[in-house]
Amino acid sequence: MLRFILRRALLAIPSLFGLLVLTFFLIRVVPADPAAALAGENATPAQVAEIRRQYGLDRPLHEQFVVYLGQVARFEFGESAYSRRPVALDIKQRLPATLELTVSALLLATLLGIPLGTIAAVYHNRWPDTLLRVLSVAGVAIAAFWFAIELQLLFAMDLGWFPLRGRMSSGLAAPPAVTGFLLLDSLIAGRLDAFRDALHHLVLPAVTLSLGGIATIARFTRAGVLETLQKDFVLYERAQGFPSRALIWRFVLKNSVVAAITQIGLLFGALIAGAVVVETIFDWPGIGFYTVQAILTADYKVMLAVTLLIGVIYAAVNILVDLVHGLIDPRLREQL
Amino acid sequence: MSLVLDVRNLRLAVKTDEGRAQILDRVELALPRGRILGLVGESGCGKSTLVRAVLGILPKNAVIESGEILFEGEDLLRLSERELARRVRGSRIGFIPQDPYLALNPVFKIGAQLLPVMRWHAPAPADGPRSGAALLRAHRSRLVEILRRVQIPEPEAVLERYPHQFSGGQRQRLMIAGALACSPRLIIADEPTTALDVTTQLQILKLLKSLATEFDVSMLFVTHDFGVVAQLCDEITVMYAGQTVESGPTATVLGSPQHPYTEALLACHPDRARELAGIPGAVPSPLDPPPGCRFWPRCPHAIEYCRRRPARFSEGRRGQLVNCRLADPLPDAAA
Ligand SMILES: Nc1ncnc2c1ncn2[C@@H]1O[C@H](COP(=O)(O)OP(=O)(O)O)[C@@H](O)[C@H]1O
Ligand code: SF4
Ligand SMILES: [Mg+2]
Repeated sequence: MLRFILRRALLAIPSLFGLLVLTFFLIRVVPADPAAALAGENATPAQVAEIRRQYGLDRPLHEQFVVYLGQVARFEFGESAYSRRPVALDIKQRLPATLELTVSALLLATLLGIPLGTIAAVYHNRWPDTLLRVLSVAGVAIAAFWFAIELQLLFAMDLGWFPLRGRMSSGLAAPPAVTGFLLLDSLIAGRLDAFRDALHHLVLPAVTLSLGGIATIARFTRAGVLETLQKDFVLYERAQGFPSRALIWRFVLKNSVVAAITQIGLLFGALIAGAVVVETIFDWPGIGFYTVQAILTADYKVMLAVTLLIGVIYAAVNILVDLVHGLIDPRLREQL
Repeated sequence: MSLVLDVRNLRLAVKTDEGRAQILDRVELALPRGRILGLVGESGCGKSTLVRAVLGILPKNAVIESGEILFEGEDLLRLSERELARRVRGSRIGFIPQDPYLALNPVFKIGAQLLPVMRWHAPAPADGPRSGAALLRAHRSRLVEILRRVQIPEPEAVLERYPHQFSGGQRQRLMIAGALACSPRLIIADEPTTALDVTTQLQILKLLKSLATEFDVSMLFVTHDFGVVAQLCDEITVMYAGQTVESGPTATVLGSPQHPYTEALLACHPDRARELAGIPGAVPSPLDPPPGCRFWPRCPHAIEYCRRRPARFSEGRRGQLVNCRLADPLPDAAA
């Protein structure tokens, strides 16, 4: 199993390297004068020259690339034009908020999507299936911002069940940052009040973000279960006298989720993109919100750092997906 | 002699996109207790459908129109799905599938597939442990014992392995062990050796024969290989196009076959060791079966009367059941 994981991790290296090359060229080559772009609009020619020297832009391309690799390895992304703080520091502070949101949404999507998809398959072409199909089309089609605002109107404004925005009530002291995940940090500090408050704040944004994911996972689970039900081993398991419900949840499902789990990996990209919208609407202090600001102010350094970050997260998630596949199917484990 | 399995006048149809297909039509089958019955016929004759009807695991679009399936005197067609699952399938009737490559769930260990069956049917010994871990241990040791009996090496370790780690012959032994695990009264084997090579086939057949005696279990053995039947079976039932055409003791049916289809099958391979091949023509589609005797388009003895003849059984020269005008003492219209 360890070999399997290592092998998968090694496989991610070429694509990460490709990402580095791509970003390198995007910054150094595509802008007519990268030094001018880096220095900003109001820089004097002297400042531009200084930046050119400082960034080594006067040196040959391959040397510049080595320098660039070094900077990335040391997380040196410079200072954000927008926040006037080191980009790495901004990201370090904001990343946990986004991860907390996306991971919660993903968890929600998985925990709801898999059972819903299974139920749809069991009631193939009967009303629960039809209903779920309609809902899943709606789930994919509904615009996140519209849904978010509807949720805010109903559950925050009218019913007052959940807070309208933010990650934590302003009156409440945040627990000391250990992981940066408010839920975890509250538990570590033994602060149940903070935990409840953070969870309360998380519900609406996480539900909004999970919507498309629930639909996608349900759809792929349904297809997977329907396919598995055609297999000989299901007939054999039925011939052994298992009641059909036990058979589905106990035996069929595990064979059926492979495709859905691949989708979960792909979904993570969509979730990060969705986080931009959701964080903006719910005033969630994460990377998405930060990136919007960076794009609006053409903050190169932030965009570069965020691009690399998303690439790394994407690779990590896909390694994780392969790992789960390996855990599910022993034949995959042995292929490597 | 009491019958373990007695299928009477079974008719079954399937609704397909192209219309209604009569898959089984007046099937008769009688398996005496303690015997091995070979169910023979070309591919597409409805053997597997009959097996699935007995086990109650028919596809959703199949409808049983009439007939009885008496298992130890009880009509299985009158039992609910729940009762069948609880006290027939897997417990009193064991099943050995055709393709051991496909019949084991690839993502579960052998133990995780076979032990839950025993737990579900829980044949707890009267004086033995009744619950929890002790029961699991009892099932485990029984399974290990059976695995040893079907000649699986290192049976304890086998429970922790995955299906793909076994050869075809070993997998079929696992299926046999699975069928025996809950001490069934009847084992149904649907072409259990077709997917295997010849040497392995022979070993498996020998094993089945000795196990049937040792475990005192009756067996319905589906095959399209007369060589296998001659070697293994006490009784034969021949099916053609969804109908029983001839049945009786092996020696009688092989020695003096009376239905032209049985004759044709036997003539195809005089050494009786090869697979069926070479009767001119093909099994008719169940969507559009020929009227009268279903064999007439391929029968060398067919006459006009055969097209109108309903399926009707009569006793053959040596007591076997034959579904043909040639054995009929009262042909309505002689030629
Ligand atoms: N679910 C089904 N829908 C339509 N036709 C079926 C179905 N199952 C079996 N059949 C048809 O029934 C006939 C008998 O099939 P089967 O019982 O598998 O025969 P055998 O096992 O003797 O080869 C075949 O013509 C097959 O195409
Ligand atoms: S009834 Fe006629 S067609 Fe059918 S098997 Fe007998 S002789 Fe042949
Ligand atoms: Mg078959």
